Amino acid sequence: MREAVILFNNVSKNYLLYHHITGGIKNFLFHFPKAVSQIKNSRFEALCDISFEVYKGETFGIIGRNGVGKSTTLGLIAGVLKPSKGRVIVKGRISPLLELGAGFHADLTGRENIMLNGVLMGLTRTEVFKKMDEIIEFSELGDFINQPIRIYSSGMLARLGFSVVANLNPEILLIDEVLAVGDLEFQKKCIDKMMGFKKKGVTMVFVSHSMGDVKRICDRVMWIDSHSIKMMGEPKEVITKYNNTII
Amino acid sequence: MFNHRIQHFIDLIIVLTQKDIKVRYKSSFLGYLWSVAHPLAFAFVFFIAFKVVMKIQMEDYALFLIAGLFPWQWFSNSANVSPMVFLGDASIIKKVNFPRNIIPLTAVLQDMIHFVMSVPVIVLFLFLYHKSPSLTWLYGIPVLMGIQLLITYGVSLMISSINLFFRDLERLTVVCTTLIFYFTPIIYPETMIPGRYKHLIYLNPLAPLMMSWRSLFLNGTLEPSSLMVSLVYSIFAFMIGYLVYKKLSWKFAEVL
Repeated sequence: MREAVILFNNVSKNYLLYHHITGGIKNFLFHFPKAVSQIKNSRFEALCDISFEVYKGETFGIIGRNGVGKSTTLGLIAGVLKPSKGRVIVKGRISPLLELGAGFHADLTGRENIMLNGVLMGLTRTEVFKKMDEIIEFSELGDFINQPIRIYSSGMLARLGFSVVANLNPEILLIDEVLAVGDLEFQKKCIDKMMGFKKKGVTMVFVSHSMGDVKRICDRVMWIDSHSIKMMGEPKEVITKYNNTII
Repeated sequence: MFNHRIQHFIDLIIVLTQKDIKVRYKSSFLGYLWSVAHPLAFAFVFFIAFKVVMKIQMEDYALFLIAGLFPWQWFSNSANVSPMVFLGDASIIKKVNFPRNIIPLTAVLQDMIHFVMSVPVIVLFLFLYHKSPSLTWLYGIPVLMGIQLLITYGVSLMISSINLFFRDLERLTVVCTTLIFYFTPIIYPETMIPGRYKHLIYLNPLAPLMMSWRSLFLNGTLEPSSLMVSLVYSIFAFMIGYLVYKKLSWKFAEVL
């Protein structure tokens, strides 16, 4: 029996729609009864009763249309969100690569952000220092590494983000649709790196809209549709079904 | 493994504090200048208003002001910036899971560092008034700093957490710190408070602490009763702040 490193047991996730936030305390107090009923009633269900497991060393793909709950799923795995119902269990250090510039600060330079990101992901400063040159080289950012990242293009941000997580010995790698903005050459480099991780037995969760990549990398694919699991299994099968619904 | 965790925790604080200093002041040296210039400017204004214009009957009033304003500046800076600390780090909080209470802590630590670096300015003023630092400082400063760190961190944790849910808390915070400032004997000595209001001073959580700072800086003395009261207040503030944070922190990523 393979060891499951990510476990979702009947997980549901509701978001409150915080209308009262925009109004602040003043609004909340002046419209008290209405504000309270708003808190109770305005919920948005992002995930509904989802159960799945990801095994150690597996590359797990998640596909689905925009807004069906893929990013929420990753957020739950990364531990930044808590499930409303059910249980999420994750064993191992997580290296999340979610969205562009995630875990970065716009006013810091690329180099400083590598440090920030590495430490946030659970490494010590010495460990990050050791890998610093390797990361910078992989990113191919050249002199831009000493510039604040707010002047980076989205492609450059993606490079930096991937270089950091990929070179800091990840245990569980979460990759949201971020590679798409990189140029083809860098995308290929990333896919190669991920293939390397696969050989080394790193667990990966990969969200993508590029079915070609998913088919190439993933061992199993989960298709989320309208906030619950539509299908899970062999990449080929799932993707074929998925493509059929679109056309 | 245990060592690694402690080392990581320390590194996290160091890196986040460095980031804060860079982001808030663009450079650490300018940050230091601001942290000294701000209370000095205040001292100057109060000196003009109360000594020159209103002719308050007090010796060494400039020194008196500075000894009270520097520690106050630490508290008020940290409190006033606290509504923004989580918002400023939204991109980190939403993506990476780490103990979020470190963020307000680094903000408070940063102001603490600035306060420590401003102590030489107080010494300078002591010399200008033909006084000198006392040996009591050696343990007095760390003790008071510990107490102030606790109370400031508690307040900051509470405000920063609640502000995510009620975004107009920022205005209220500024109003409150200004009010507390004038209710605290900083620009006036506690001896000038009329008799029937005198006992009320202990209802102000900051008052005993600020009075302790000043008597330490000016006379090298620490009064045990003020010390005890401020310690109780600081533990209380920390506990409340931590409870509020605990209650709300799991929702941070959703509301940011």
